[in-house]
Amino acid sequence: MVDHLDVRRGVYHDSVSLMQVSRRVGDLPGVDKVLVAMGTELNRELLVGMGFAAPDAGPNDLLVAIRAQDDALDAALAEVEVALAATRGGASGGGFGDAPPARTTAAALTGGADLVLVSVPGEYAYLEAMDAVRAGASVMVFSDNVPVEQEVALKQAAADRGVLVMGPDAGTAIVSGVGLGFANVVRPGPIGIVAASGTGAQQLTCLLDDAGVGISHVLGVGGRDLSAAVGGSSTQQAMRALDADPATTTIVVLSKPADPDVSQALHALADELTTPVVFALLGPDANDLTSTAGTVVQIAGATFTPPASWPAPRERQGTYTELRGLFAGGTLCDEAMLIAASHLDAPIASNIPLADGRPLDDGLDTPGHVFVDFGEDEFTRGRPHPMIDQGLRLERIAAEAARPGGRVLLLDVVLGHGAHPDPAAELAPAIAEAIADGEDLAVVVSLCGTAGDPQGRDKQVRALVDAGASVHLSNAAAARKAVELLGGAL
Amino acid sequence: MSNDQPLAGLLAGQPRIVTAGVELFDTTLRAQGVDPVVVDWRPPAGDVAAELATVAADPRIADANATALERITSAEPRWVGITTAREAVGIDTGQFLHAGPPITWDRASGPLRGALIGAMLYEGMAQTPDEAVAIAERGGIELAPCHSRQAVGPMAGVVSPSMPMFVIENAAFGNQAYCSLNEGLGKVLRYGAYGPEVITRLRWMHDVLGPAMAAAVERLESLDIRALMVQALQMGDELHNRNRAASSLFVREVVPPLLEAGIDPGDLADVVRFINGNEHFFLNLGMPAGKAAVDPARDLPGCSVVVAMARNGTDFGIQVSGTGDRWFTAPAQVPDGLFLGDYGPDDANPDIGDSTITETSGVGGFAMAAAPAIVRFVGGAVGDALTATQTMYDIALGEHPHFQIPILEFRGTPVGIDVTRVVRTGIVPAVNTGIAGREAGTGQVGAGLVEPPMAVFVEAVRALAAAG
Repeated sequence: MVDHLDVRRGVYHDSVSLMQVSRRVGDLPGVDKVLVAMGTELNRELLVGMGFAAPDAGPNDLLVAIRAQDDALDAALAEVEVALAATRGGASGGGFGDAPPARTTAAALTGGADLVLVSVPGEYAYLEAMDAVRAGASVMVFSDNVPVEQEVALKQAAADRGVLVMGPDAGTAIVSGVGLGFANVVRPGPIGIVAASGTGAQQLTCLLDDAGVGISHVLGVGGRDLSAAVGGSSTQQAMRALDADPATTTIVVLSKPADPDVSQALHALADELTTPVVFALLGPDANDLTSTAGTVVQIAGATFTPPASWPAPRERQGTYTELRGLFAGGTLCDEAMLIAASHLDAPIASNIPLADGRPLDDGLDTPGHVFVDFGEDEFTRGRPHPMIDQGLRLERIAAEAARPGGRVLLLDVVLGHGAHPDPAAELAPAIAEAIADGEDLAVVVSLCGTAGDPQGRDKQVRALVDAGASVHLSNAAAARKAVELLGGAL
Repeated sequence: MSNDQPLAGLLAGQPRIVTAGVELFDTTLRAQGVDPVVVDWRPPAGDVAAELATVAADPRIADANATALERITSAEPRWVGITTAREAVGIDTGQFLHAGPPITWDRASGPLRGALIGAMLYEGMAQTPDEAVAIAERGGIELAPCHSRQAVGPMAGVVSPSMPMFVIENAAFGNQAYCSLNEGLGKVLRYGAYGPEVITRLRWMHDVLGPAMAAAVERLESLDIRALMVQALQMGDELHNRNRAASSLFVREVVPPLLEAGIDPGDLADVVRFINGNEHFFLNLGMPAGKAAVDPARDLPGCSVVVAMARNGTDFGIQVSGTGDRWFTAPAQVPDGLFLGDYGPDDANPDIGDSTITETSGVGGFAMAAAPAIVRFVGGAVGDALTATQTMYDIALGEHPHFQIPILEFRGTPVGIDVTRVVRTGIVPAVNTGIAGREAGTGQVGAGLVEPPMAVFVEAVRALAAAG
């Protein structure tokens, strides 16, 4: 084995692209470990953890670290170049006299645009988003880790100019059929959704699509929009815009529990609008998303039948005492946790705990019922979202299998644009391995996706079921299945 | 899209999208048949994310920058007269102006020292270079930046009280700017040479050239400098390192009134031969034209526009509208380029001169695409010249309505350097420059390109955030 480490100054690629490069190079024969990443503090620590010397590098420098057999290193380095070059495809000119690509949103907007999708690291998102607002364009800020005062300033500026700020931390939007961030392939139709919850919107749109009810637009507003600090500014903008949109005949406002004053203001606004508004405010006493989908389907005049599910090939093998929810989607995690909590006696520990929940006082190894939202900031700082990079969850599934005692793993798998191109290809082997001895571990999957999604929903379902999991298109149904396996009263 | 529609028409049809950040999302948009404009985003230079956000959040910045841009691009610089430095900038014997941010003799580089020695000889303050050095060393001279007195000076930029100076008036705002007369190439004061031929030429400029120019401008009443610059850009000048067309146009304008002025025929021939033989003669008109254009953009609260970039041979400095007269400085870099004769990089002094006012006002390196003929001189190919200008649009607030570049479909030159955009993009202003010899008395050794130090822009962003 030989270690190679070089630092390339001032070469920038985003973390998702670099993860793809690392994986591509790591798949070569004779290559043991690869880290191609920007020299952030996190990545430098990671490198030291891999046994490399601490490099003199900063966040603007590219680290290329490879541990490989002597005869494999050259091929690996060559592959790094090819893969890096591929990440820049289409973005840059390079012909004689071609204008170089714009480096700021402000410069890119000189050609005119209606919508800017910002997914740069959170500390810089405000600058790009403000460029958009000042140029009179709406903006979707996918980035998280944006300070709330910056969100307030952005939304104030947007309201003044009559444009919309979706986010920060807006995972999902569909504007006139174009999915931004994470979005499922859904049919066009009359339902306009304002969503302060990304995976909540994905679950709802998928269930509506399955019932034959289409979507006009999904406008994500970010999880903090309905807080007292932000005051529902974008939600109000979005509601008014959908009210004026001829394609939208019903508006759904989907949110985690809102600040009471904000909620009151939104209800007052809904009364003023000509388009009927359905409020789907998620919470302990509220309807789950599946039942909201039923309501909306009914309003649209269609028939709602319970979403499909596929049983595990071998049901209930042993005695399960712990429920371990490992989620990529925050709202899906929250909803499943609420359902489980109402049926289980012991409290649930989580990094997004319920009002009467426990914190993860022993990290991911905290015993008992545990729900983890891997999409939270602490897991995404400096690395891609778990819907793209399943690494942390794969590690956790293996760790859960290794722990003694019977338990049920509840996982979400989210399909659609932006999500992992083939999540089951990675998850199915991990699930199969985890339940290999068949007695003390069951796996329940909440699959959020439509028949039209690029990953191929049928193929995903088959792989997951073949691996030993039960699969449910309704997240609520998946949660109830998990509770049932634990012997909880339903 | 009509703004009467909600969200500026966002929901009315398939959106036109710009993306900044994760490349995966560009891919998913393309998979849906949407072709986004992709920002080639990268993290800002320096650890100033919070300060950049503070500046961007300043409610004054949008209007202040728009005002600055409007003022710079609506300038109407005209040559209106010849005066002495004593009258123009209020300096007296023993006082000198110099290029760049403030500096003292003990930190002055070779070319600046050489130019100061020459100026003392010229003013009769000293009879020998040694005597001049002794005067300077015992604190017998007073120095101030040209920029602090509405003036600009090429290279060392040394101005002494009895030098004749061009007076440029910005007809749109009524402000004036001043610059000495160009001495030609080779061993000249501005490059730090101070031999007898240098002093003799300066005296001739004072006694013959200055009065001749005064007579010419008196007959012309005023000469539209902007019009000459507009034409020169279309004739292959970028107006910093190449002023061949502009100087020719100037000769065309100035010869008839010179002929009419009743000047001694021998002197007249010398004057015409001198300006006709010096392709940089126009530089000393273009620079104060730039200064006159940019000065009205100074001192706008919250404004992030660079109003001066200048070097004194030791430090590179900038001033920013929203932070007043404060200079942000860092060590000047040694330019990279081609060298005259036997000179090489080891002979080069760090960057020097106020001539970066050309870039500050939207020409020079920012107009490189207009001057394909100089790309060999400053290194590179014609495509690089086009790229240089097009890259500058990323750090500029706008495009100049008058300064146009034919090869870019007559697009206006990038103008109004935004200090926050420099830091956000990591793109420093493109600067064309001459290269002075490191040793006092050497003169010019080459010409090329220089990269301003990013640190000065980062520091300015910090100060702008603190001033908010």
